[in-house]
Amino acid sequence: MSERKPILGGSPIRKEGRAKVLGAAKYIDDQELPDMWFGATVRSSIARGTIRSITFSPEINWEEFAIVRASDIPGENTIVHLTKDHPCLAANEVNHPEEPILLLAHPDKTALIAAVRGVKIEYDELPGVFTIEESETAVENNDVERIIWPGSDQGGTANCFKTYLMYSGDAKETEDGLATAFENADFIVEGEYHTGAQEQLYIENNGVIAECFRDATGGIESLCVRGSMQCPYYLVHALTLVFNLPEDKCRVIQVETGGAFGGKEDFPSLIGSHAALLAMKCGHPVKITYDRAEDMAATTKRHPSRTRHRTAVSKDGKLLGGTIDVAIDGGAYATLSPVVLSRATIHAPGPYKWPHVRVKAKAMATNIPPHGAFRGFGAPQSLFGLERHMDKIAKTIGLTPEEFRRRNFLATGDCTATGQPLVEPVDMQGLLTRALREAGYHEKLARFAEENKTSSIKRGVGFASFMHGTGFTGSGERRLNSLVYLDVREDGRPEILVSSTEFGQGTNTILSQVAAQTLNLPYESIVVSPVDTSIVPNSGPTVASRTAMIVGKLVERASLQMLTLLRNEEKLPEAHTPEEFKAAALAYRAKHGSLRCSVRYEPPAKIYWDDELYRGDAYPGYAWAVYVAEVAVDMNTYMATCTRFDALQEVGMVMHPVLAKGQIEGGVAQGIGYALYEKCMWKDGRMMNNQMTNYIMPTSADLPPIHVHFEEVPSIHGPGGAKGIGELPMDGPAPAILNAIENATGVAFNTIPLLPEDIFERFTSFTDPELGGTEDMDPAVDRDTRVESAEVSA
Amino acid sequence: MSVIQFSVNGKRESIDVPPMKRLLDVLREDLHLTGTKEGCGEGECGACAILFDGELVNSCLVPALQANGARLCTIEGVSTEGHLHPIQQCFLEKGGAQCGICTPGMILATHHLLDKYPNPTMAQIQEGLAGNLCRCTGYMRIFESVQQAAQQANELTAKS
Repeated sequence: MSERKPILGGSPIRKEGRAKVLGAAKYIDDQELPDMWFGATVRSSIARGTIRSITFSPEINWEEFAIVRASDIPGENTIVHLTKDHPCLAANEVNHPEEPILLLAHPDKTALIAAVRGVKIEYDELPGVFTIEESETAVENNDVERIIWPGSDQGGTANCFKTYLMYSGDAKETEDGLATAFENADFIVEGEYHTGAQEQLYIENNGVIAECFRDATGGIESLCVRGSMQCPYYLVHALTLVFNLPEDKCRVIQVETGGAFGGKEDFPSLIGSHAALLAMKCGHPVKITYDRAEDMAATTKRHPSRTRHRTAVSKDGKLLGGTIDVAIDGGAYATLSPVVLSRATIHAPGPYKWPHVRVKAKAMATNIPPHGAFRGFGAPQSLFGLERHMDKIAKTIGLTPEEFRRRNFLATGDCTATGQPLVEPVDMQGLLTRALREAGYHEKLARFAEENKTSSIKRGVGFASFMHGTGFTGSGERRLNSLVYLDVREDGRPEILVSSTEFGQGTNTILSQVAAQTLNLPYESIVVSPVDTSIVPNSGPTVASRTAMIVGKLVERASLQMLTLLRNEEKLPEAHTPEEFKAAALAYRAKHGSLRCSVRYEPPAKIYWDDELYRGDAYPGYAWAVYVAEVAVDMNTYMATCTRFDALQEVGMVMHPVLAKGQIEGGVAQGIGYALYEKCMWKDGRMMNNQMTNYIMPTSADLPPIHVHFEEVPSIHGPGGAKGIGELPMDGPAPAILNAIENATGVAFNTIPLLPEDIFERFTSFTDPELGGTEDMDPAVDRDTRVESAEVSA
Repeated sequence: MSVIQFSVNGKRESIDVPPMKRLLDVLREDLHLTGTKEGCGEGECGACAILFDGELVNSCLVPALQANGARLCTIEGVSTEGHLHPIQQCFLEKGGAQCGICTPGMILATHHLLDKYPNPTMAQIQEGLAGNLCRCTGYMRIFESVQQAAQQANELTAKS
């Protein structure tokens, strides 16, 4: 009989963990191929202009080098994500600093440093725009010189990659409703909130090795690129265009990947194409690995953002209506900005009931290296604005942040701002109660208020309530049409074949748990195939918190299909032992030559999404959370420190408690960095602090104890009742921390990152009118925001 | 070029390399010990940490010449004949390794920490690992791994 401990919900050892703790796991830079050369990239030194000339230093023997320029590209000079505006190599014009122009390869890695310097490029410079505001101004003034992106037949207008206009109901009815709401409001509260760029800072830089195979006539037969990446089929797609080859001639292999966080979602399409072009040119395998400075200066970051709220509220603390304007800085090319903006748009109204809400969103072009995917993907930006604004409204109308939120939370049966009915249970009230209790919030609120009167260390507590949608937005999963295979190998062990990649989050482990649990086999017996596009099907990209819920469900269905097959064909008993399973599977294989169950995504019943109106079921499921931060602000050094963090979430059933805690803690740590440490310094579009020495991420000594709590409510969408978890923890920390800082100091800060110099500037401008001048002395009102009207009647 | 002699993981090595070549590259390229990783190349991240005469150093900052006569230990020398060291076992069980790229350096830093403080306080753990950056874990699982390794070592000592 087969009564075994449940595998889902247990914490079996990470599948590839042993190799990792031994130092035996082979990352891309640990690998070499015979006769391999090394590649390097010659990049633009200016933000915007046209290339006048390229000259090669006579001191270098260029015959030893392979050189690739835009004109060598056999297919289209484009790295396509959504729009074909992004060149693989700049041909005539450059649109951001560090834009790739030429590629060099040489058998000796050390020869490349001087060679890159030996290429002299002269430009005719054009004016650039470097912020959302500069980009908008150029459009408003019709400043043709500063229209840096013309629009595209695939969407977008001058300097603007994408806009969304999302209404909580019919457009006209919502506009009318908003007009009435603002007319009848007891309070109208406005606010503006800013977030900075953030570097993913995976500890392993981007890297790939490419090979190009020729046929008998010397034509390009096929390509093989292996590397550190999240989405191998994205790179396959990129290669088909750059080389004008069919998909099956573009093989991509993901190797052990040393962290990604979105930073290896879209970028590998570029570096992978570059290495393949050099391999084509020199006839050798070519490895390109960036060093830290190049990786930080040239690759994607989180989109900077600006969110403006205008909210109508009744005196009993009900939201009557609101307008939310979100703008993100997309950098020089569209890349993934439209989809990042989509998630920012849908998450902007948060876990609240809005009788009427309108969200307007836009992604602006700037002459900065394109911003890209980073854990949270737009949601951390708009949720930062929302959750700071909720505290502001509470303060304005005289309710506690807790009470104000309680009067407006979404609950089971309500509709979200996109009109999605919340069919599965949602209990924000219960989550808030428990989170505040776990954190000791009320006791601390009272105690800190007392202690702060006599201390130069001001302490405070704050929280954020939020949700994160699991999987691709709207019709995205339907379009992805993901496919998974479950095989039984020659040795009788089941093997999962998916394009979902492991980069630390635990893909290999949780998918094995799902298969083992469903097949009623030991976890150890499950094998996960290497992610090689010549053998695994396209189960979609490893992004959007979709692997556990979407791909996990497909693995569960494939496992069920396999059991049914073996029961019907091989008389596998209902309650089988591992030995009986193996015997049945091998008997089937002996008859048919192989055993494979293949399962394709099927949209859940009644899921409806309108891409035009941006209405309907935005995500199959949501994870819900309340995060509580405790802070200390030292009024001598102006250093704000997070001193304790409590993260409570409802993510369905927890598949692997150790991995799940690790995901939450890691995300919270990145969120604390986002709020208090990590500042990208820009000059004319170039990141100036592109080193770990001066871009500061939290160390083990900087972080507070992070307490992770789960509420478990099974979801029908994921395997074993699970939902997505990966991105959620990025959304809450920054607003919770800045809310706590306002509680500690009485001053509202609405821009992150918030560094000691920012706090210093603010406080010294209060006390010294000579220095500051324009600052309002009332600490409850901050410079970025404005309370439009006081209470109309008492 | 200079002939440099040292021991790595108990094995004597004699190699002819440019004297200013980074010890990190000597280990990875000349000795094929790729468990030692490069994260930043400027001594900030600790992915290249090794034990150098028992001290924790960032091998990206050490010129090869300086290693002459030294006794080095890399991640490959922590386990014995495929048997995990208790520290490695604790990292494996407690979720101390996620993407794994910081793990070799982190395990050597833990080794060094527990040599110095067999029973470390949380502050000593935080301080002792502050030179090793991890972007995945938020360090909490790593702290638990270190605490469990210390506890196990102490229990072993108490028994013997």
